[in-house]
Amino acid sequence: MARLAFELNGKPVAVEAGEDEPLLYVLRNALGATSVRFGCGLEQCGCCAVLVDGAKAFACTQPAAMVEGKSVETVEGMGGEDAPGPIQSAFLAEQAGQCGYCLSGMLIATKALLAETPKPTRPEIRAALDGHLCRCGAHERIVRAVERAAGMRP
Amino acid sequence: MNAPKLTASLQANPRLDRWIAFLPDRTARVASGKVEIGQGIVTALRQIAAEELDLPLDRVAVASGDTEIGPDEAYTTSSLSVMVSGASIRLVAAEARRLLTERAALRLNCAPEDLSVDAEGFVRAGEATGLDYWDVAGEIDWTAAATGAGQPKRPSDYRVVGESAPRDDLPAKVAGGGFLHDLVMPEMLHARTLRQPSPGAALVSLDEAAIRRAARGEIEIVREANFVAFVSADEWTVERAAEAAPAHAEWRGVRDLRPADGDAHGLPDLKANDHIYGDPEPEVPPAGDVVEIMITRPYVAHASLGPSVALAKFEGGRLEVRSHGQGMHPLRRNLAGALRLDEAAIHCIHVDGAGCYGHNGADDAALDAAIVAMAKPGRWVRLQWRRAEEFAYEPVGPAMLVKARATVDATGAPVDWTTDIWSPVHVQRPGAPGVVMLAAQALRPPPPWGPPVDPPPERGYGGPRNAFPLYRVGALRVRHHLTERAPIRTSALRGLGALPNVFAIEGLMDELAARAGADPVAYRLGLLDDPRARAVIERTAALAGWEDRGEAGTGRGLGIAFARYKNIAAYAAVAVRVSVDEEVRMERIWTVADAGLAVNPDGIRNQLEGGCVQGASWALKEEVKLDGPGIASIDWESYPILRFSEVPDITAELIDRPAEPALGVGECTVGPTAAAIGNAVAHALGRRIHDMPLTRERVMASLLAG
Repeated sequence: MARLAFELNGKPVAVEAGEDEPLLYVLRNALGATSVRFGCGLEQCGCCAVLVDGAKAFACTQPAAMVEGKSVETVEGMGGEDAPGPIQSAFLAEQAGQCGYCLSGMLIATKALLAETPKPTRPEIRAALDGHLCRCGAHERIVRAVERAAGMRP
Repeated sequence: MNAPKLTASLQANPRLDRWIAFLPDRTARVASGKVEIGQGIVTALRQIAAEELDLPLDRVAVASGDTEIGPDEAYTTSSLSVMVSGASIRLVAAEARRLLTERAALRLNCAPEDLSVDAEGFVRAGEATGLDYWDVAGEIDWTAAATGAGQPKRPSDYRVVGESAPRDDLPAKVAGGGFLHDLVMPEMLHARTLRQPSPGAALVSLDEAAIRRAARGEIEIVREANFVAFVSADEWTVERAAEAAPAHAEWRGVRDLRPADGDAHGLPDLKANDHIYGDPEPEVPPAGDVVEIMITRPYVAHASLGPSVALAKFEGGRLEVRSHGQGMHPLRRNLAGALRLDEAAIHCIHVDGAGCYGHNGADDAALDAAIVAMAKPGRWVRLQWRRAEEFAYEPVGPAMLVKARATVDATGAPVDWTTDIWSPVHVQRPGAPGVVMLAAQALRPPPPWGPPVDPPPERGYGGPRNAFPLYRVGALRVRHHLTERAPIRTSALRGLGALPNVFAIEGLMDELAARAGADPVAYRLGLLDDPRARAVIERTAALAGWEDRGEAGTGRGLGIAFARYKNIAAYAAVAVRVSVDEEVRMERIWTVADAGLAVNPDGIRNQLEGGCVQGASWALKEEVKLDGPGIASIDWESYPILRFSEVPDITAELIDRPAEPALGVGECTVGPTAAAIGNAVAHALGRRIHDMPLTRERVMASLLAG
């Protein structure tokens, strides 16, 4: 175990992390950030996406030690159930989800996309979300939610 | 007025208090045996209850899937939740309202008819009475049986039902919570399994020391016969143990499959039990030409995005279980059987999981967790499957081979139709002959093998689901060749046999239309009497710009397909435009459905869209591969599903018929989407591809053959 210090959703945190322990387990179990969902452990599904210094990263394979001194953002930092942030609100307004298991990754990918491309086209949205699987088939709604988050839908 | 007939659920669970309670916080709680699996059922049931009770939505809660509170409604399947549980809750709420109103009328010394209800309570002559449901609820014997004596509202009076109420559960799920996966219990232990590689395999040796070294942390190893699990307070430690374990285990009697064992073309070679439905074979073949189509679909996966998980605790002889399975009462029965516990000693509560689309690993994970919990009494155990475990050990949707054959008269219209189906069993939930939960096979020799049992006609069939076209086809029969033993475990996957059957039927309809020199839409309409069926086809064709369909064989195609799910649930037509060069690319999907009374129109559109995407994914991409001990496609690279860049814009419309009963919608677009893709590809190429998935390899083979 090694001591690890970084910033999580704007607040400094310090935890013990196992050798080679992926960031996902540290965030979920030690820090209670359950939005970081385990899907595959292989960077193939996108459920576990987080932002590390603003760039999208997959927490299922990223060793926790790599975020030492860095800033990590998860969906918890966007807003809570009672006070959702703008991207979360856009997803709720479009009812963009069925089971919802993929949505944390979608929200993170949306935040990363809009930071780079504030008014994305549909092909740009689909390209940005392509590494994120949705098994229920809520794709149409999720694309609309990203457009809404970008202020492109009323 | 006659009292409405009690539903099957109410007949099986007659006590009112199994369904409804008026709680001290002045909310009403209705209970359902049906559970949230991402389809929005909890929201729809809440709307139905709020409507009949005339309460605001926020004063009604739904308790779903709790063996101590709610009714036993078996499993959440077959698009039946609104049709059955919704109808039950409507009757119970209407009856509760009547009983409560009668009590209030006694207190107020007036006639029940003089009272109405608003958010504040009973109202008489426009004036609040100061009484509400909760003031009089204590005077009613809720243990009494429902009689159906309440009179549900007329649909024309609805104000909550028919509104697109937002989903109750989504706000938590966009904020990092809401799933069983997220539940943390005090002093909780984490567990992972080492799976028996195939049924009957025996564990010869296990190098526990090597596994402990690989875990690099304290673990306990729970072993019972051929079941093995690793337990630790630290999740990453058990993950490492489970990752390393297969290399340190030696098994005897492991199954050895070949890739060809998964080929649907081989199904007719396997021993089968035949079931014949419909009209008898004609003694003299009818006059006319015979047109036949043969299609296949491989084994396909539920492929839930979240691996199965369960929590369990065993203390004082009682077992508590949290599961995301589709039915908590059946789970309790199956756990009791596997663990040799009394059913009354087990309490199962449903907590939402990732979408399952049928019988996946959820129930099996619950037994895994329970076994470990009984080895570690007094502690909560959280057992999660690994990704490869989810793919390799969940029951899969059966491969199918379907032949549809029509004899056509001189006008080109069918006068005799036969659908032949070769398929392994579609439903193998524990409790069926010889069927037990996954880990139960590892604990002790399984019960004697029994012949597979597919759902009967009154439950919409399994393999033959939607094998009977709704068109006027003359004499009609379905021959179901039910495979005795499939190489791998199969069970319920969204729509059961509907997707392959609709793919075959609607493919043949296009072939028949072409042969008759008719337009496919006009040909279908010419053979359809049901105005609701006609309406969804006509509207879909209009949305898709059918009149500008274009010539066949240009590389771009437009296809349409129709089915009424199970021939009794929602009507759905789907049109898909594709372009095909080396592979199939969808440009646009349109769907129109008629689900009768739409309890929650947006929720229904969500289901229609999702069914289109999933149906397209099965038709275009998915195939479970077999090799060695079992399933060899164990990640998203070897089992690809449709991605964002492959999903086109989708238009989903609903024809609302508020005066008609609500029809199940969860599965209605899956078959028509696959079939519309098949027809669109045939239109684009000028020749049909008969084997799913319609991959690049098959497109190339078709182009080369042309």
